[in-house]
Amino acid sequence: MSGILASMIDGLLIGSVYGLAAMGLSLIWGVMDVINLTHGSVIALGMFGMYILFAAFPVNAYFLLLPILAAGLLLGLVIYWISVHWVIGRSQLSSLLSTFAVNMMIIGIGTAIWSTSPYNVNFTLRGFTVGAYTFTGNHIAAATAAVIIALALELFLYRTRPGKAIRAVADNREAAELMGISSTMVLALAFAIGIALAASSGALVSTLFPFTILSGAGYQMKSFVVTVLAGLGKPLGALAAGVLLGLLEGAVTPFIAVSWIPLIEFGLFVVVLVAFPKGIFTRATA
Amino acid sequence: MILRRPVFWLILIFAALMAFIPFHANDVSMREDLILVALAVILASNLNLMIGYTGYVNFGHIVFYGLGGYVGLYLATVRNWNLVLAALAAGLVVSLFALALGMGILRLRGAYFALATIGVLLAVQSFVANFDPWGRSTGMYVDFSAYQRLGGARHALWMTYFLVIGVMALSMILSLGIKISKFGLGLFAIREDEDAAVVLGVNTTVFKAIIYSVSAFLPAVAGALMFYKNGMIDPSIAFEFMLSLEGIVMLMLGGKGTVVGAALGGGLYEKLRSYLLTSPKLSNFQLVIAGALLLLVVLFAPGGLIGWLYRLVPRARKVIE
Repeated sequence: MSGILASMIDGLLIGSVYGLAAMGLSLIWGVMDVINLTHGSVIALGMFGMYILFAAFPVNAYFLLLPILAAGLLLGLVIYWISVHWVIGRSQLSSLLSTFAVNMMIIGIGTAIWSTSPYNVNFTLRGFTVGAYTFTGNHIAAATAAVIIALALELFLYRTRPGKAIRAVADNREAAELMGISSTMVLALAFAIGIALAASSGALVSTLFPFTILSGAGYQMKSFVVTVLAGLGKPLGALAAGVLLGLLEGAVTPFIAVSWIPLIEFGLFVVVLVAFPKGIFTRATA
Repeated sequence: MILRRPVFWLILIFAALMAFIPFHANDVSMREDLILVALAVILASNLNLMIGYTGYVNFGHIVFYGLGGYVGLYLATVRNWNLVLAALAAGLVVSLFALALGMGILRLRGAYFALATIGVLLAVQSFVANFDPWGRSTGMYVDFSAYQRLGGARHALWMTYFLVIGVMALSMILSLGIKISKFGLGLFAIREDEDAAVVLGVNTTVFKAIIYSVSAFLPAVAGALMFYKNGMIDPSIAFEFMLSLEGIVMLMLGGKGTVVGAALGGGLYEKLRSYLLTSPKLSNFQLVIAGALLLLVVLFAPGGLIGWLYRLVPRARKVIE
């Protein structure tokens, strides 16, 4: 019994990292109605960003999140100008395909540089032991960092002028423009924040598990699952749904073979998508 | 009438040439090149039914090809069915699966549907990788004696080649047939404005589920033939996400919504890919180039090559559909 509990606590910690990744996707989706298919490759870039930075500056890996967040913001602006800016207002198909094209390019360049062999960030924090179970310091630190970033985003969106502008544009772009908000600037900012969140979640994952340039795809799918569970444009909801997914993974892991987990997750994803298109936290309205 | 359409005859001539030239020259390497081109055309044409005609992006189109391969190989090797029969049965089974699935996930619109198709692909892949009768993650092999029944491996390979060319021609004819039918008009209405289509009396749920199922049939048949020819199948090659995505690139490149565009994009992209893969300098950058190509087409030429041709020569619309 305590085995399940330990596994669930571990799931909860990892789940908050899933939640952080999903927040990035959810923010972009909610604000500009763009499904950002570069999400997975940016998560992978975050992992390799952490790998490179940690190799250059072997300090506490969690301090390195700050430069990664900053680099993520810049990368987000670049990706926005390359692929999203031109298709805002066109059909969703266009942005789906254009972000996907950038995804292919990032993965292609990444494969050429790092091949598809696994890497890891060799950094461990000491954890603590309860009975037969050990909770590693990395899991706890990563979960804490994810929650702090999530709260910071929530504060930014609700307490600062640019954050309020983002929410205004998400609600009604035309009305926001009439109020003097430059929607292009706001969209670019929101996209950059979304990408920075994805990169930072990748950086956190890299301190937990080994990774390859293709690892991002799995986390992208998890982000979709979480976003769809939470409903759009609810950052804290995404965090909660991420934790829920982590708990679920933790709860089933002791009972079934690991190879079945993708089937459960993606099956759940399709079912939730069909049954609750507005997320499980929203009451269905007719 | 489909027989009055010049494109119909062009398709037949094109397919006949593709079948005849390598056979006449007895050129095996040309045959292997062309079978990949034919496969690309099959995938792009059938994907076109969803993306180009109905306006629904299917990221997981390859799931039909892979499942077809599995069902076909299972029937042909474990159950010892005749190859053609096994391939047709595979097509039928996969179409029915798609119909049932489509009834569920086609309630989703636009991007939500696109996401669900990724989920379906990954769920099916992980199911097959755990499914005992189909060899789990190691997959299945075709016993060499299976080729003997078709008159030896050499003969069997040429036969599958002709069959794949036939499936390619059928794919294009199917696209043309749907395009000029009333059913096709219903699909175009859904693409342009689904709510308006409902108001005008198009039963959108049924139309969408049918086209989803139809777009599964020929890729599944092709999957059964191709994997039989290759002699083996496993979950990672059967459900290769990359190939699914490249199908979209092919379609956008040639011009979505047109019969010739889908085929043209498929053929050109396949040629480009084999060139990139064999060139020593560029082999690492295949994805980058494909991505850049897709981005340029999406941003600057949403109509693809055929759309560009239409703008250049407006009268071409009448002949090249």
